[in-house]
Amino acid sequence: MKRKLEISELIFKIISYTLLTIFAVCCLYPFLYAISASISGRHAVEYNELILFPKDIQFDAFSRMFNDNMFWNAYTNTLFITFYGTIWALFTSIFGAYALSKKRLLFRKGFNFFLVFTMWFSAGLVPQYLNYLDTKRVFNAVGIMDDKWLVVIAMGMAAMNIILLRNSFEGVPSEIEEAAIVDGATEMQVLWRVYIPMSKSIIATVALFFGISRWNGYFWARQMISNSNEHPLQVFIRLKLEQYTDPEQMAAWNEVYASDSMIYALIVCSIVPILIIYPFIQKYFAKGVNVGGVKE
Amino acid sequence: MQLNAADYLIFDEESGTYIENPEQVVRDDVEKHHWLNVLKTVLKDWRLYLMLVPMLLVFLLWRYFPMYELLGCFKVTDDVKPVAEQFYSGFSYFKQLLVGTGTLTTEFWRAFRNTFLLSFYGLCFGFPMPIIIALFFNEIRSNILRSTYQVMTYLPKFMSTVVMTSLVMMLVKQGSLTSGTGILSQLLVQLGAISEETAYAGLMNDPSFFRAIYQISGIWEGAGYDSIVFFAAIIAISPTSYEAAQIDGAGKMSQMRYVVLPCILSTIVIMLITRIGSLLNIGYEKVLLLYNPNTYVTADVVSTFANRYGIAGTMKGLASAAEMMNNVIGMLLVIGANTISRKASDVSLY
Repeated sequence: MKRKLEISELIFKIISYTLLTIFAVCCLYPFLYAISASISGRHAVEYNELILFPKDIQFDAFSRMFNDNMFWNAYTNTLFITFYGTIWALFTSIFGAYALSKKRLLFRKGFNFFLVFTMWFSAGLVPQYLNYLDTKRVFNAVGIMDDKWLVVIAMGMAAMNIILLRNSFEGVPSEIEEAAIVDGATEMQVLWRVYIPMSKSIIATVALFFGISRWNGYFWARQMISNSNEHPLQVFIRLKLEQYTDPEQMAAWNEVYASDSMIYALIVCSIVPILIIYPFIQKYFAKGVNVGGVKE
Repeated sequence: MQLNAADYLIFDEESGTYIENPEQVVRDDVEKHHWLNVLKTVLKDWRLYLMLVPMLLVFLLWRYFPMYELLGCFKVTDDVKPVAEQFYSGFSYFKQLLVGTGTLTTEFWRAFRNTFLLSFYGLCFGFPMPIIIALFFNEIRSNILRSTYQVMTYLPKFMSTVVMTSLVMMLVKQGSLTSGTGILSQLLVQLGAISEETAYAGLMNDPSFFRAIYQISGIWEGAGYDSIVFFAAIIAISPTSYEAAQIDGAGKMSQMRYVVLPCILSTIVIMLITRIGSLLNIGYEKVLLLYNPNTYVTADVVSTFANRYGIAGTMKGLASAAEMMNNVIGMLLVIGANTISRKASDVSLY
């Protein structure tokens, strides 16, 4: 037997559906507009003649961008930073979190505090800037001229992610570990064969957090990478935006597409790869939020 | 030293027996023989301690060394000499920022006020939104429709700050001789919300719009995604609770008040602590990308103030001092919010 909907419930349902629909459409619309504007003709974009669907379709903005070597360079650099950065961050975090999850570790409380304190207090932009400059000098002195390595190694560690991993490792039953040790497993084998397989989904989540923050990194990359050939995509997009929205430079713009279309095309290109992998990573994202509470 | 059996044995609930407390054994070792035994324990277990090294090094080099660099804000001049060889003058930079008479003091106080206000408005408008959206999601019974809405609303979270700000700037861009204003500005003009001149001059150039743009873009970006955690708390509520309330004659509003709210309260408190804790720890990247000299009045926050004078400019000591004050107050807020919440409701973050 189905209960009849009460009037207050009905009203609430109607409000929910309406407002959610509006919000969802508002969330999606800017992307759709960006896609349309990137392939619309110049006049249509400049005088807002398109609302949703593209008008006077052209692909010149995309083809100009694809023919730009700097664009591909920037893309490769971002992939490089994301890939190596995530691996480096995972390597340090997993080992560190494993050690921290062990009760027999001496000064365990102290090490934990050492981590958590960085979440409470940071030195600020200027000291960090000076610190990175020093690091860069050291890196250059030992022969690492490519500033991307500085971004990969020195930046993007997050205490929060290590704590997530530590909590997950602490949840692994000690009997399984003892069984492995009785069978003659070394410390490395215990970590590799027991802990990592049993915390797979948290590791995937943490890897995703690291990966996304690497992909999105902008400020320090712009400050620290001096050679424009090594700029990652985000810096490239921002520099292009600054260039294309400068009225003086754009006065001489003489193409069949608007200068705005170039920016929209760039924006589209930078979110397409994320959209492609989005369905696969979405569940890990949701999981990461739910385990986000920090203990101790 | 008094030995206490309770320290050595802990009750293991799984096996139902008492087992040796590994922590106490180690503690005991160390206490009996001091540092020699510390060394021995470490050597015996060297693999474990070796694993810790890379992480500690990364944090030491790139998180704690900058804190040492902070000593720079207690010195007199911004020389190129290393921090250790400087002459320290005490609190001159702090004095100059807090009670000085120059434009720097005014600018610092303005930045501090803006930092607080941007966060505070975020707390007022940005914080309740995900909760409301989660409640709405709960009303949608069709799984397919709900997933569609979820996918749509989570999407903006996956953009980088650069892409997000670029989109915002393009949507409200200024008009020029050759082109019209951004599409969103035009919509607002047609709705009568802003005048045509304002739209033409560009909303990003108008200080009175900065805070609104900052908050609305924040909601657009994060509200859907942040609702995940509240939604998870809501669907964890057992349907029998609702039924019981209905039998007692509770309407929708009373159900919200007496069933849903108490069940998700702990989640809300945790999120609120995080929010209050980061009240002065504002995302500088977004402000840096959105603001320009025209909007400094409402947009300049302490981090961007420091960036302007310390990184782009040459006043390293002064800029560090400004940010240090900000961050110390921020830290006190985190610890304070956490302590209060632990005392009041047994929910705490750390």
